[in-house]
Amino acid sequence: MQGICGAEHVLTHPDALATYRSDGLAHYRQTPLAAVLPGSTEQVQQIVRACFEAQVPWVARGAGTGLSGGALPVAEGILIVMARLRRILSIELDDARVVVEPGVTNLAISRAVAPTHFYPPDPSSQVVCSIGGNIAENSGGAHCFKYGFTTNYVTGLEIVLTDGSVVALDRDAPGYDLLGAFVGSEGTLGVATRITLRVVPKPEAVRTLVAFFEDTSAAGEAVSAIVAAGIVPGAIEMMDRLTIKATEQATGAGYRQDAGAALLVELDGPEAECAARLEEVLDLCSRERAIGIRRAESEDERELIWRARKAAFAAMGRIAPAYYVQDGVIPRTRLPEVLRRIDELAVEYNLQVANVFHAGDGNLHPLVCYDATREGEPERAEELAGLIVKTCVDAGGSITGEHGVGVDKKAYMPSMFSEPDLEAFQRLRCAFDPHGLANPGKVMPTPRLCGEVPGPYREHPLERAGVAARF
Amino acid sequence: MSVTEQLIPASFEQAAAALAAAAAERRPVRIVGGGTKQGWGNATGVPGLELRTSELDDIVEHNEGDLTAILEAGVPLAQAQRRFAAAGQMLAIDPFLGDAHEATIGGIVATADSGPHRHRYGAPRDLILGITVALSDGTIARAGGKVIKNVAGYDLGKLFCGSLGTLGLILAVSVRLHPLPARTATALGVSGDPDALAAAVRELAAAPLELEALDVAWRAGRGGLLARSGGVQASARAVRVAAIMRDAGLTSTEVAEDDAALWARQRAGQRSTASVLVRVAARPTALPALLRAVQAADGTLVGRAALGHSYVELDPAAVEAFERRLPSGAFVTLLDAPTPLKETIEGWSPPPSEPALELMRRIKARFDPADVCNPGVFVGGI
Repeated sequence: MQGICGAEHVLTHPDALATYRSDGLAHYRQTPLAAVLPGSTEQVQQIVRACFEAQVPWVARGAGTGLSGGALPVAEGILIVMARLRRILSIELDDARVVVEPGVTNLAISRAVAPTHFYPPDPSSQVVCSIGGNIAENSGGAHCFKYGFTTNYVTGLEIVLTDGSVVALDRDAPGYDLLGAFVGSEGTLGVATRITLRVVPKPEAVRTLVAFFEDTSAAGEAVSAIVAAGIVPGAIEMMDRLTIKATEQATGAGYRQDAGAALLVELDGPEAECAARLEEVLDLCSRERAIGIRRAESEDERELIWRARKAAFAAMGRIAPAYYVQDGVIPRTRLPEVLRRIDELAVEYNLQVANVFHAGDGNLHPLVCYDATREGEPERAEELAGLIVKTCVDAGGSITGEHGVGVDKKAYMPSMFSEPDLEAFQRLRCAFDPHGLANPGKVMPTPRLCGEVPGPYREHPLERAGVAARF
Repeated sequence: MSVTEQLIPASFEQAAAALAAAAAERRPVRIVGGGTKQGWGNATGVPGLELRTSELDDIVEHNEGDLTAILEAGVPLAQAQRRFAAAGQMLAIDPFLGDAHEATIGGIVATADSGPHRHRYGAPRDLILGITVALSDGTIARAGGKVIKNVAGYDLGKLFCGSLGTLGLILAVSVRLHPLPARTATALGVSGDPDALAAAVRELAAAPLELEALDVAWRAGRGGLLARSGGVQASARAVRVAAIMRDAGLTSTEVAEDDAALWARQRAGQRSTASVLVRVAARPTALPALLRAVQAADGTLVGRAALGHSYVELDPAAVEAFERRLPSGAFVTLLDAPTPLKETIEGWSPPPSEPALELMRRIKARFDPADVCNPGVFVGGI
């Protein structure tokens, strides 16, 4: 490794490795054999090839902000840290695209194409999270209800497979959609070294408001009314009473303390369309018994309204010393019953659960608060968090909307997928990585090996006959 | 493929059992939905079993409030759209559906076919939330889900999009729906100068207009742009769009409020019965070069101007010359050709790189180890 990257970019001392023992989910920790920081695609390729030859597993890591333990190292493996690969290679606005290296931060992409364009997927860690990590996790964000996810914006990738070979994937190239299969594969199919992204024109107008309601079910009714009117807001975010309390203490954003729910609605698009739709939204919120509505009249006010939402996770420290965050998704129309069930579970487990979520797409982020110094409480909190995930799956939803499965949710995979489903996933994995060297122990609930490919690819009888030999 | 027997399974289980039985006999299976795109991919002439999805035709769910639906593979898209439209919604996939609108959702997904809405809403891969498939070992497997946001497990839905039935049989898909625009209006402009058309496209694509579609058409030395606005203020926006077209040098600019027929014509231009039709994917900025290549070959073109996705109809004798003139980096896929000619024209150009092709072969071998699902029709003879 030192021969490939230079001695200063290979870390083996326990102190130096301490930074890399975990990602954003700090309670999962593991020290790798070494952390290697390549400075070029060629070096990544050489590292992966060396690992292949020695059959050493490896984990690629971006900025380490992931919330599912997806970048957790393996003890007997190498951690490949992509942070040094942070060049923006080209900006081609006439073709509405940029080409970047994987270590570039999400926000740096929007900044690079400003002021005319932006890159829509906006995970809340966007200031620091890397685009390579976004690709591994198929990251979302507050604006994805309208704009879509990472997978809808990646148009080209250069990837290094576990045998060290390099494959260029293009969304328009003939053949299977390998690009689509790779994005969101949580680092288990290979590592991306060069990324082409689509960017879009910045909306002409943005209108932001926050409406307050007696409770989450009234706010949920308002969301339903907005969606039923055919309105697709840029973002609709909901916070419950406990979250409002915590974020107001932290930010002083002026959210009403007597409200049981706050609904942040942001409309964006062409000026006239936005203005007309804003009136409709105001009208619908009033009709659905909003107890107060605040409109952002300036960019500063818009930022203040958003500050509360963006601070939600961090502000929870004011309520409890620690929390589990879950990432379940439900069909949006099941919101009232699922929130009721979460309330019942919270009472039963004698724990506080704060709810903050992307209301447009039904992606919940329940924060199960606990105090680790109290006997048995962390275990109770973890159990409760698991039951919330199960409630989401039972309602027809998903165990994870944007954080990924990683190590954190792999035990829940069988609640959502049958054994044949999991086997089908494994077929894809084995086609890319038959030796299981890339990010082993993630995603799949139980370790599984790849059987032999049922015979090598055979020449079809027709190919032999010369009938189907051409492309 | 020459058909020796036809099977019409009435359930997922029957379909999976039929595939498994064929695999046990190593008997090739040809999968058929509405039968509108059977000529796509390599012509193989393999004798075998035809498996039709016509009885897997249930609209399993339409969740209006969630803007989602689950469709069995054999549901004709037109039928599903009528159901969605009644609730003011649509599945934003709008390819040409065949003369009798018989194209099924399964066939559209398997061929990754799309239409003008791709400009705003993406391809089938972007609108599929989950998929249920039958594999040739008799497995029924599901990936994804039915909620619009979900990252659990691998995205096999995308893998099956455009796979031409070579990985297995698509049984059902869950899809994301969108609200039908309250109103639409289309701005039009024409020019015989490829550079003027491209300049207008560049302006429109960079403007914050949220167009529903932005198409180009070229025929006999003359080109036109069509830009569709949607929403409560659609007409006013279309007037704005027409002004941008005029400023970019287009002539005869106008706004059509009743625009359905215009777009139906664009979709129809994506297919050909008598000539050769190829799909070309190139950089949007390569539009002038592409239009000149079309003109030199005396062909016609329709396509998504800001995406660089075009459909070009050519005389069979002009195909080679056309491809030689194409801008570098363009991908060409042969869709339609008169039967005897089909075997003489490259299906995909350039073909995938050897490492990519090797990966595709490994995927095929894992999903269809018996090599019975539409064998030979795909790139590299997969």
